[in-house]
Amino acid sequence: MLEVKNLQVAYGRVRAVKGISFTVEQGQVVTLVGTNGAGKTTTLKTISGLLRPEAGEIWFEGKRIDSTPAHEVVTRGLAHSPEGRRIFPRLTVEDNLRLGAFARKDKAGVAKDLQRVFNLFEILQARRDQPAGTFSGGEQQMLAIGRAMMSRPKLLMLDEPSMGLSPLMMQRIMSTITELKSEGVTILLVEQNAQAALSLADYGYVLEVGKIVLQDSGKNLLVDEAVRKAYLGED
Amino acid sequence: MEFLQQLVNGLSLGALYALIAVGYTVVYGIVQLINFAHGEIFMIGGFGALAVWLLVPGESLSIWMLPIMLIGGMLAAVGVALLTERVAYRPLRNAPRLAPLITAIGVSIFLQEFVRLFFGRIPGFPDSKRAIPFPQIEYVTGEAFNIGGVTIQRAALFTLVALAICAGFLYVFVNKTRLGRAMQATSQDPDTARLMGINVDKIIMVAFALGAALAAVAGLAHGLRYTNIDFKMGFLAGLKAFTAAVLGGIGNINGAVVGGLVLGVVESMATFIPGQFGGSAWKDVWAFVLLILVLVFRPQGLLGARVVDRA
Ligand SMILES: Nc1ncnc2c1ncn2[C@@H]1O[C@H](COP(=O)(O)OP(=O)(O)OP(=O)(O)O)[C@@H](O)[C@H]1O
Ligand SMILES: [Mg+2]
Repeated sequence: MLEVKNLQVAYGRVRAVKGISFTVEQGQVVTLVGTNGAGKTTTLKTISGLLRPEAGEIWFEGKRIDSTPAHEVVTRGLAHSPEGRRIFPRLTVEDNLRLGAFARKDKAGVAKDLQRVFNLFEILQARRDQPAGTFSGGEQQMLAIGRAMMSRPKLLMLDEPSMGLSPLMMQRIMSTITELKSEGVTILLVEQNAQAALSLADYGYVLEVGKIVLQDSGKNLLVDEAVRKAYLGED
Repeated sequence: MEFLQQLVNGLSLGALYALIAVGYTVVYGIVQLINFAHGEIFMIGGFGALAVWLLVPGESLSIWMLPIMLIGGMLAAVGVALLTERVAYRPLRNAPRLAPLITAIGVSIFLQEFVRLFFGRIPGFPDSKRAIPFPQIEYVTGEAFNIGGVTIQRAALFTLVALAICAGFLYVFVNKTRLGRAMQATSQDPDTARLMGINVDKIIMVAFALGAALAAVAGLAHGLRYTNIDFKMGFLAGLKAFTAAVLGGIGNINGAVVGGLVLGVVESMATFIPGQFGGSAWKDVWAFVLLILVLVFRPQGLLGARVVDRA
């Protein structure tokens, strides 16, 4: 479904992603894990068109998208919930969600998906008319995921959905991702929290300073000696 | 009574500032650019209205000319605004802030000189190097109204009504339409707006066009009110309107309207200041004193700046 080939991305002279390749198949949850500055966010931003690669190719459903403008990438069925949530603080919850469906023309479908998001996160329905900026971090994360769902994506990219959340809230978000997975949503999940991400991913890639150093099924990476040492805080 | 009279004068003057100030504020709210050429867009709105009037044979002063002139002014102002955005500002979108600012000053001078040198060259058009009489359309000019001892010029009333209609339209557009919400989203977080499928280039064009359309209304109102227009009229009006936008909180549309009205009223009230520093000669001084006071004590403006804030 998504195929990234030898992707290289730089900020000015600093190369942040140094030739990585990976694939996401339909129905899978794939995770990119790695420490701070590994290039995870850069990779997602390049896939969604916010950044342009120096070299390499990005293919989505058989079409090359690495020079497609960001606002068109989403219409192809690729939604990106950005790092740090980035909800629109002075717009209401409902307006935020409706903006997620900005590119869609099917009103009835949008209404149905809005209800679906409200069913998934009841707090959003209860506070639909409030400015999103008044929400707690966890609530904002739910809104960010819900907003990304509103485009009815074929592939959902989530950048560190657990960032800055309490353990309880983190569990809630992770169980939501599991729920989405069981509904058949394809997900590319970026996480620093390798334990949580690998436990629910079908396949995982370990990124280190712009390169993929390890790749395997989530299950295998979770028990991998090197991964346990470097990312799961064991020695 | 004198106080009421000055209040009315101030509000109608302020309405003119407000119509122009909206253009500074919407563009700033989206691209953080102070478009110093916006005063010239106002001037071009006035010249566009005049040009259409000159092109329609018969030199009619009938009220039916008013909508035609308005459309002419808007087409000219919006066209020029979109052109400057495309050729002067867009290429500098990712340049350091100073570059587009200096470009805007260049565009401002260019537009003034362009109108000065070329408007009068069109066959049948008057010399544009000096002030040109503006057609005094029936009903919206002429004998002033007198309501309980307070006089209000017809053109002044026209300006106030035009502002009310434009403000209402803006409110609905920004808050109730899909495009308006996309504009708010872009102003709050442009990158994330792109992830929603919003074409940010298009939104920027909408912001420029919206500001220009309102400036054209002001250009027409200015011509009716001061009975003539000239190629430099955008300079001081633009500066005042920019002051109004900052006063209200730049980036905040309601603020631009409130800032414009407050500034107009402060200027008229300057006549009440006794002695040497009062009177209309000092009104500009007091207007800018107000700006400095607001910037010192409430730098975010009266209603608060609504610039981009990121989580
Ligand atoms: N806007 C930028 N300008 C310059 N360098 C940048 C920029 N954004 C990121 N970088 C650099 O690119 C590298 C990769 O950053 P990136 O944000 O992709 O990492 P990450 O894996 O998402 O890290 P984190 O887990 O902290 O979010 C880092 O060295 C970072 O300093
Ligand atoms: Mg990151």
